[in-house]
Amino acid sequence: MHELSVCQGMLQQVEAIAAQRQAHRVASITIRIGPLSGVEPDLLQHAFPVARAGTVAAEAKLIVERLPIRVSCDQCGAETEATANRLLCGACGDWHTRLVSGDELLLASVELLV
Amino acid sequence: MCDTCGCNVTEHHKNDDPHTVEVLEELLSVNNEQAAHNRAHFNEHGQLVINLMSSPGAGKTALLEATIDALKDEFSIAVIEGDLETENDAERIRAKGVPAYQITTGTACHLDAHMVHEALHHMPLQDVDILFIENVGNLVCPASFDLGQHLNVILLSVTEGDDKPVKYPVMFRAADAVLVTKTDLMPYMDDFDIERVKVHMRNLASDAPIIPLSARKDLDMDGWINWLRKHVDALRAGDELRGAGQGIAGHSHKRRGSQIL
Repeated sequence: MHELSVCQGMLQQVEAIAAQRQAHRVASITIRIGPLSGVEPDLLQHAFPVARAGTVAAEAKLIVERLPIRVSCDQCGAETEATANRLLCGACGDWHTRLVSGDELLLASVELLV
Repeated sequence: MCDTCGCNVTEHHKNDDPHTVEVLEELLSVNNEQAAHNRAHFNEHGQLVINLMSSPGAGKTALLEATIDALKDEFSIAVIEGDLETENDAERIRAKGVPAYQITTGTACHLDAHMVHEALHHMPLQDVDILFIENVGNLVCPASFDLGQHLNVILLSVTEGDDKPVKYPVMFRAADAVLVTKTDLMPYMDDFDIERVKVHMRNLASDAPIIPLSARKDLDMDGWINWLRKHVDALRAGDELRGAGQGIAGHSHKRRGSQIL
């Protein structure tokens, strides 16, 4: 359960952004997560209320945007959807693929009250 | 009075309409910056740094003991050990005459770049050729934290079952090499098939080498030892260490670009 560490790291970043912009409160935090990031969105939501206490984001909402897994095939060039443990090309079935999307762990935006 | 502009309207600048700031930063950027700092330090000193990950009991410390026996006359080795509690593993390494620093994480399920940085200050690293970081035994959490290593080596013991890459894709995708350990037990494990491990790894779009060995019985250690030699040479030659692994350690082709060495 490393989601609490991830939450604490995220809040450090958010606090720095809020301080820089002289915000007195953070209304919401939007993050983007892919299934191959190793971070579980539901666990993150559970850890968030614990981690946010006493920070500038103490009343903030956490918005998680889940991204799909997509791979691009080195053999046939197709870009297709895939699943976490089967990253094969959906068109020709080859395993020589590159991940286009799905391992994201991004702080997308924060909503500040200045 | 408003503190910002001096007008008479109290809280003039405390506008309660939220405004959105686009950030688009890595969520773990605090850890990743520390990891980049660690990696720059290792590169400066020409030290190959390997992050060893596996489930508990897969044989990471036994692998290190056998590796030290095989390479101690050739390279100077140091080890950082990560466990929730005890100095046991560091003591096993020190008994081999190699410096080891034990990080005890308490309840934390993984090492992070700051813990490794702290450990570096407790170790004589000037002349070290290879630094092994033995991560906390766990196939989930360590996969998300870059420590500054060059390469990830994942151990899979034959007693665990050959379908671990299917069950823990995030971890196994990060592998630059997969060591199938405890192969001396293969006669008792008739349901473990190394070919299936290969198929599962290819299904993760990984071309990481799969190296079977038994550290305890000193069986087939050559493939692993030569893999290490090859990467020490590459680092010394100033080559880009582009491993098979993806996800942590700067391998991601999308966001962090190519590895810098």
